[in-house]
Amino acid sequence: MIRFAVNAKPREVDVEPEMPLLWVLRDELDVKGPKYGCGVGQCGACTVLVDGEPVRSCVLAVSKVAGRRVVTIEGLAQGERLHPVQQAWIDQQVPQCGYCQGGQILAAVALLRKHPSPSDRQIDEAMTNLCRCGTYARVRSAIQAAARKKA
Amino acid sequence: MRALSRRAFLKTAGALVLGVHLPARGQAGRGEINAWVMVLPNEQVIIRYARSEMGQGSMTAAAQLVAEELECDWRRVRVDYADSNEQLRRKRVWGSMASAGSRTIRDSHQVLRAAGASARETLVAAAAQGWGVAPAECRAANGVITHAASERRITYGRVAAAAGKLEAPKQLALKPQADWKVAGKPLARVDIPDIVTGRTRYGVDTQLPNMVYAAIAQCPIPGGRVRSVDEAPARGRRGVLRVLAMGEYVAVVADNWWRAAQALLALKIEWDGGANASLSSDAVKRELAQAFEPDTAASVTKSEGEVEKALTQAVRVIEAEYALPFLAHATLEPPSCTAVVKGGQVDVWTSTQDAEATHAAAAAAAGVAPENVYVHRTQAGGGFGRRLAQDYTTQGVAIAKALNGVPVNLIWTRDEDLQHDQYRPASLARLKAGLDEAGNPVALQCRVAAPALKDVDATAALADQPYSIANLRIEHAVRSSAVPVGYWRGAAHSQNPFVRECFIDELAHAAKRDPLDYRLALLPEKSKERAVLEAAAKAIGWRTPWPQGLHRGIAVTEVRGSYTAAVAELALSGKKIELKRLVIALDPGRVINPDNVVAQVQGGAAFALSALLWGEITFKDGRVEQSSFGDYRVLTLAEMPPVEVLVVPSGGFWGGVGEAGGAAVAPAVANALFVASGERIRSLPLKKAGFDLS
Repeated sequence: MIRFAVNAKPREVDVEPEMPLLWVLRDELDVKGPKYGCGVGQCGACTVLVDGEPVRSCVLAVSKVAGRRVVTIEGLAQGERLHPVQQAWIDQQVPQCGYCQGGQILAAVALLRKHPSPSDRQIDEAMTNLCRCGTYARVRSAIQAAARKKA
Repeated sequence: MRALSRRAFLKTAGALVLGVHLPARGQAGRGEINAWVMVLPNEQVIIRYARSEMGQGSMTAAAQLVAEELECDWRRVRVDYADSNEQLRRKRVWGSMASAGSRTIRDSHQVLRAAGASARETLVAAAAQGWGVAPAECRAANGVITHAASERRITYGRVAAAAGKLEAPKQLALKPQADWKVAGKPLARVDIPDIVTGRTRYGVDTQLPNMVYAAIAQCPIPGGRVRSVDEAPARGRRGVLRVLAMGEYVAVVADNWWRAAQALLALKIEWDGGANASLSSDAVKRELAQAFEPDTAASVTKSEGEVEKALTQAVRVIEAEYALPFLAHATLEPPSCTAVVKGGQVDVWTSTQDAEATHAAAAAAAGVAPENVYVHRTQAGGGFGRRLAQDYTTQGVAIAKALNGVPVNLIWTRDEDLQHDQYRPASLARLKAGLDEAGNPVALQCRVAAPALKDVDATAALADQPYSIANLRIEHAVRSSAVPVGYWRGAAHSQNPFVRECFIDELAHAAKRDPLDYRLALLPEKSKERAVLEAAAKAIGWRTPWPQGLHRGIAVTEVRGSYTAAVAELALSGKKIELKRLVIALDPGRVINPDNVVAQVQGGAAFALSALLWGEITFKDGRVEQSSFGDYRVLTLAEMPPVEVLVVPSGGFWGGVGEAGGAAVAPAVANALFVASGERIRSLPLKKAGFDLS
């Protein structure tokens, strides 16, 4: 049994230790917010926070999160109260198809925790998630708007 | 316009009046006023959406058009997909369900507005009947009907049941655009709140009780088949349930998708490559080039004047050949289908751009009557034309059928997606222009070698080019290969505007004229291209001295009834491009949601830049050589240049928006690159010529 927390709930799974966290979340726990996009850590659609750090869950063995706290896009809001980054995403109308956006939002949350007022370069370096619809300009402006609100 | 052909249009006093053939009445009891509008007792308004939502925002725009005429409270609106099974039973009451060719709004704005107006009039009639007054004495606003003379008011929710039993009005007046309050406004998209909270379930996210998962390997060579598969390595692996040899592919079914995919990798599959085992990019190129050998057949798509004679008499003749590669769609949500085949019924959950096509494919794959098929629609994780093809639905249903009632969720890997797409066709175009003493073109001859695609003019943007050129001959030589091809955002407009606008640029430079002035001089006074060119040029300061070390290129085109111009500004260091700025102007005629139009242009620019810089699917020994975002590169946030979008609607027409924004970007950048480097790029992507972003 591997035990860890998903969105503040304790979970335990009996799976191969090398199974990527993504597929434990999706197929064992029905947490579908983290998406499969490439399976090799390139696109970032599978991004989750592990102890607050953004990780690509498609290339992270579940054994590595034993005893740790995993937050997915479903766990970001406090009940009906949206996280400021989620609100910024709505205010700036960022998503198009939306498939990558859970990962984008979590990457942005982690960036803003580290750099509350990120520079353009810091945004460039942190936001490596691919968006095929090309929402990048709005991802950037939503991060800046969320930073301004917090400041 | 299939849905509208049955309608008679009359024009009176400036307002459009329609003889509406909406369903005579709604299905009472469900709160349905007509097929498009339901009003529930709690005042919730449900607007049905027939087409698809894949990020293009049409779901919201369509609802805005209905709500505008309905005079309901927008905050009470929910949008539901129309059901393809009900569509069948109700004789295609919703018309086309396809989102393709930027047609969602273009083809249905009339019927959507009429549906809203008809529902409003029916609700008013029900209220008036209850009060014993004439409907003309009543007004509807914000979901409330008022009879001013008697100071009575009643909400939509309270008359909905009565309204559902009334006949729809025979004639309707639609509001002039000047009176719009909901349409034309930058309202927030209805699907975004669920996206940012992770509640949206895409097709791939379907979860059903006792569901199993399937991973597949398709024959890497187009048209090839499974020769044999040794199942032994999969046997005994944890969670693996079945190995299925399905003709063109092998499927592994397991209790978890990763287990299925891992077992699939362990299998030893022998493929029979069939006739295409030697398919290669070079062979395709040779096939295309044969279109230019003497006496090769071609269909003439445009002929004006006498091209041969004009070319002979021209002071100068310029010739060029442009080559465009195969491209994959690479939607971020991979092809996926969840299906159950049980008791003669099929249920399918998948991201589709055409629910009716999905419905038909599911019925065929299961061998059941269409009446017994249910397509459960979801938001699509990108489409770009890929989800018009029904290959993965057919597979998902076939696998489900083999599983006798057990629900199965089929998901392709990214490798499978890139290697089994229906690609944007490769094409080759040869152009020849004759110039007069002033350097103006007097003749243009062009032949495009490309496969034939249903409903696509392979010479679009060439045959209907906007410039005043007296002698024209444009031809399409159909050249097919074994490579499966399909619809890729913009279709031929992802190719020919590049060909035409780079070639026009060549002519301008040959004539030693400014590329903007050259175009303007050739555009008729009333052409819509002029305004977007002027708007983009003005915004970037084309006519003021250019900043030191920066180079600019410009391009313009019509796409799906809209007009777009782009100006690119870049710096070049060796082969490293720094894209400083893109300005893109768009005239879509009318605008339903201005903010969404801007989003589509921004996104279209990114899509176009990925293709311009790196996009290329190549074949070797029958197989696609690309397998991931590592070798099929797409633009990242850090690489996205600043894009300034100018929406300049000139009114009076309904142009498409989903495909227009990117169409002028590639030629604008390539034209700027020519100014910077002196190198004219005629074969894409740019990486082949050694260029990359800095």
